[in-house]
Amino acid sequence: MNVPDHLRFLDSHEWIDPSDTDAASMGISDHAQAELTDVVYLELPEVGRTVTKGEAFAVIESVKAANDIYAPVSGEVVEVNEALAEAPEPINEDPYGGGWMVKIKIFDPSELDGLMNAESYREHIS
Amino acid sequence: MNRSPLHESHLKLGARMAPFAGWEMPIQYEGIVAEHTAVREGAGMFDISHMGEFHVKGSAAGEFINSLLTNDSSVLSDGEGQYTLMLNEEGGVIDDLILYRIAENEYFLVVNAAKIDEDKKWIEKRVPAGTTFTDLSSNYGALAVQGPKVVEIWEALAPDRVLPKRNGIAEYEDGMVICRTGYTGEDGFELFCAPEEIGGWFEKLLNAGVKACGLGARDTLRLEKCYPLNGADLDPEHTPLEAGLGFFVKLEKTADFPGKSVLKEQKEEGLKQKLVAIAVTGKAPPLRHDYEVKDEEGEQALGTLTSGTISPTLGKGIGMAYLPMEYAKPGSAVNVAIRNRLFPAEVIKKPFV
Repeated sequence: MNVPDHLRFLDSHEWIDPSDTDAASMGISDHAQAELTDVVYLELPEVGRTVTKGEAFAVIESVKAANDIYAPVSGEVVEVNEALAEAPEPINEDPYGGGWMVKIKIFDPSELDGLMNAESYREHIS
Repeated sequence: MNRSPLHESHLKLGARMAPFAGWEMPIQYEGIVAEHTAVREGAGMFDISHMGEFHVKGSAAGEFINSLLTNDSSVLSDGEGQYTLMLNEEGGVIDDLILYRIAENEYFLVVNAAKIDEDKKWIEKRVPAGTTFTDLSSNYGALAVQGPKVVEIWEALAPDRVLPKRNGIAEYEDGMVICRTGYTGEDGFELFCAPEEIGGWFEKLLNAGVKACGLGARDTLRLEKCYPLNGADLDPEHTPLEAGLGFFVKLEKTADFPGKSVLKEQKEEGLKQKLVAIAVTGKAPPLRHDYEVKDEEGEQALGTLTSGTISPTLGKGIGMAYLPMEYAKPGSAVNVAIRNRLFPAEVIKKPFV
């Protein structure tokens, strides 16, 4: 399973890119997309919405079931990947690239320290 | 939790296992869409070892069966089968099953896994003298082999085991039983053999290009064809007339069966509700069991979905629900409530695909 070194992870399998805290991309991990298989629907929040760390703020659906997606940090949604609402395939095909879901302006960047680094996440899913 | 004789084979193929009707069964291997497509376009197989098999034999077996089940079993010749239902005294569904006539006064029944014990009690309480009822469920491992290419594959694989005709049953020298039926809407058959031999057949079929498919694809395949699932679309509170299965209920036959008088009355008075097929009309999430169905204005609650999914063939949410008769007509506009939002949907003429 692909776990890029530069990302942070939640134990519920979301990733967030800590390099730009004003517009931090996030999505779900390669492991999560493989577990879900066939993603058929994605429901994203609107730009401008404030989310709280741990809040279920999006829904991803496979053929079999609907699953919540949790905010890895508190912040404001500054961009959403509208293309995924039309065609969610990149979530399965390119979870860390074209499969990004939202960008979040992080209120308190120190919250990133509480997330798993790549090494811990690899252990978490092994 | 019961385990199928194919348990190790499933794990070896990387199946996602989950509990179903007291059994640990494969939900999917590669993915539901790939498995669904294999069955619609080629060949797939499902482990159905959890299903129940009963045998009824004796001088009064024919008469008994016809007074137990809704369809008319007297029309069956040796080697023929039919879909039929077992009802409670109120006309509600205990189980839906397939009945095969092996010989005069000898029958083979294939029933739902979750209902084996309940069916058994119901039947044993009623079985007349001179007739024996045997639960063979633990004697068989079973596979449902389904898809437009499976007959050709089987004929190459086992040319000496000639398949029965549609809805028929054949028994072979070593005790293997094959029924030409299924739950996907495609041609195919269900194979029953000794649990220790099922793994060998699974392996042979796999090597012949038949894709291993899980219960996830089984559900999307059957729902596209509007085949009801007992415990979801059928239950003791609803009659088969309400479920749209009137064709399999022969009220005109002379034999009496539990629920018959209630059904006759219901037919005379007219139905108040019916199990209908519903599809979303615009972009919407997949439909799911238990979602609420509302009227066109989104004000009045009409019912709840008994089944729901996204159709891999149509690419949109589909489901079934018991709705008041005034909404049962194809084209009726409704809404489905999903996470506090309403999505427009309409009643569709069955089946979806």
